[in-house]
Amino acid sequence: MNPSTQKPSIEELEKIAVEVRTNIIQMIHRANAGHPGGSLSAADIVTALYFRVMNVDPKNPDWPDRDRFILSKGHACPVWYAALAEKGFFDKSHLNTLRKLNSILQGHADMVKTPGVDMTVGSLGQGLSAGLGMALSGKLQKKDYRVWVVIGDGETQEGSIWEAAMAASTWKVDNLTVILDNNGIQNDTFTDDIQIRGDLAAKWRAFGWNVIEIDGHNMQQIVEALETAPTIKGVPTIIIAATVKGKGVSFMENVPAWHGKAPNAEQTQIALAEIRG
Amino acid sequence: MTVNASVYHYVKPEIVAALASDEPFANAKQQATRHAFAEAILEVGEANPNVVVLNADVSKSIGTNKFAEKFPEREFNFGIAEQNMMAAAAGMASTGLIPFACTYAVFASMRALDQVRNSIHYPRLNVKIAASHSGITPGPDGVTHQAQEDISIMRALANSCVIAPADSPTTKQAVWAAAEYNGPVYLSFTRDPVPILFDDDFPFELGKAVTVRDGSDVTIIAMRDLVAQALVAAERLAQDSGVSARVLYCHTIKPLDTEAVLQAAKETGAIVVAENNVTYGGLGSAVAELLVANNPIPMRQIGVKDTFAESGPYLEVIDKYGLTSPHIVRATHDVLDHKARFTRPVSLAAVA
Ligand SMILES: Cc1ncc(C[n+]2csc(CCOP(=O)(O)OP(=O)(O)O)c2C)c(N)n1
Repeated sequence: MNPSTQKPSIEELEKIAVEVRTNIIQMIHRANAGHPGGSLSAADIVTALYFRVMNVDPKNPDWPDRDRFILSKGHACPVWYAALAEKGFFDKSHLNTLRKLNSILQGHADMVKTPGVDMTVGSLGQGLSAGLGMALSGKLQKKDYRVWVVIGDGETQEGSIWEAAMAASTWKVDNLTVILDNNGIQNDTFTDDIQIRGDLAAKWRAFGWNVIEIDGHNMQQIVEALETAPTIKGVPTIIIAATVKGKGVSFMENVPAWHGKAPNAEQTQIALAEIRG
Repeated sequence: MTVNASVYHYVKPEIVAALASDEPFANAKQQATRHAFAEAILEVGEANPNVVVLNADVSKSIGTNKFAEKFPEREFNFGIAEQNMMAAAAGMASTGLIPFACTYAVFASMRALDQVRNSIHYPRLNVKIAASHSGITPGPDGVTHQAQEDISIMRALANSCVIAPADSPTTKQAVWAAAEYNGPVYLSFTRDPVPILFDDDFPFELGKAVTVRDGSDVTIIAMRDLVAQALVAAERLAQDSGVSARVLYCHTIKPLDTEAVLQAAKETGAIVVAENNVTYGGLGSAVAELLVANNPIPMRQIGVKDTFAESGPYLEVIDKYGLTSPHIVRATHDVLDHKARFTRPVSLAAVA
């Protein structure tokens, strides 16, 4: 059974992304903590995955044949929660409980507590390896599901990312797709002011990956890349998405301080107005 | 009710005066000890040009970005690469520098543990590990950022020295002591603000526990953020039940001040250990190991039981997981009951 029978258009996806961004800002404001910048930069990608590309069933979150998704940059989980709630994995009222005691929505995503979360994340540089494991299982068990992993550019500083990259091409894990949310900012400041990214496409190619480069906020390009990746056989694919941290909220865009800070009431008002255009 | 201030030592008078109130720290000055560390390392760096600071993309959070501004050539931001940072720190120490490697406690004690063990502790290199977000002091971030095991893990390493200061003034003293000590030191700091408890003349000495409240019925031994909880519990016990509880501030978990612990055991005959850390292998275990071999009196442990915690505000989370003063009060009543029924094994009665 394939539950995602009707595919939304690019325009419809863009509208859903507005809802996702709205939920991100509202939940972080209410929690008075969280990571808006990296949630907003991944919003278009995560929207396209859940609403157009991935084969998942919100009524049956543990369906064994579902596509798997891992937000390896787990601090950005508000974007994951927003998309899951929008898709119907759980009631939207839970978004008000982010980071509070007894909530199903932990500060970093928890696969035991949250329906639809396929892997517990928060310690950077581990989600890709977990995705590799899921993809290897899929091959061994002759399943058709695909595994999608979003990583951050700062996160690629972890050595374990490259251990996973090496293994994925060695084992020709072509049912695994990585999307690099390349927003150029990490926690302390701009990524290149800490460790130089260099030619990321060349690095991944050198590790044996098929590389697709896109504008991570152009829904048409996102969908094309995500739909092309499964057609590439024999090698894993990485989509390097040029993104803007804080995308959609002018005062957050490209400002490192908005990595892990909640907007106050006034800022939230402005942010929501801008997002809704 | 008024507090008998004469039983307290080095505790700020305004802290003592408020201990019996409903919200004892409502008006207390507070600071996260990670930020006290960031202030102290500036002075230590000023005094000793061999001191270098290594960061792993959480320098703005800890406050060591200030060190980077002041001494740009002596700061290295490795990015999100804790393992690389720890082994590089070992290399720097081997050539005479004094690196302070700064990250969150989960990553310092677990992500990079192999490097910390094999490249730093085995060769006993002079690396200082400055670990913020220790224990369950980051609340809202949740389990992946709560280092409820770091003290146990670091204590298990040979050649290790483990310090978990309770507040800002004693944190600053600990940072100086660590810089002066030759060998690996693990410094454990809080993410959230904690009350400033002690005067600047606190007699900080590495490996020496300090009695900060006199008492004769029972001793509460505490570290890091639970020293504040222990003080509140001790005063509650005095006010409500007439129990005279000693509080021993054990900032250095390793080497343990065996003399102070055995003296407390002998003089008070019952012990409660309070730590924001799992009950396996940390301060409670260290005390139990000592007592069982020397003077096995009744003892209780306040610590994280065999479970992971969850997201929530710091004080709400540590309350739910059994670490706040009411829990210490209950454990103290329990150990006092035990003490009342307890008869010392004959052979050991002679020792005590
Ligand atoms: C192993 C590990 N080290 C440090 C952190 C703390 N941390 C959380 S987010 C972050 C920066 C992430 O940067 P990036 O991967 O570029 O994510 P984005 O900018 O997209 O939010 C850091 C250092 C962590 N979560 N895990």
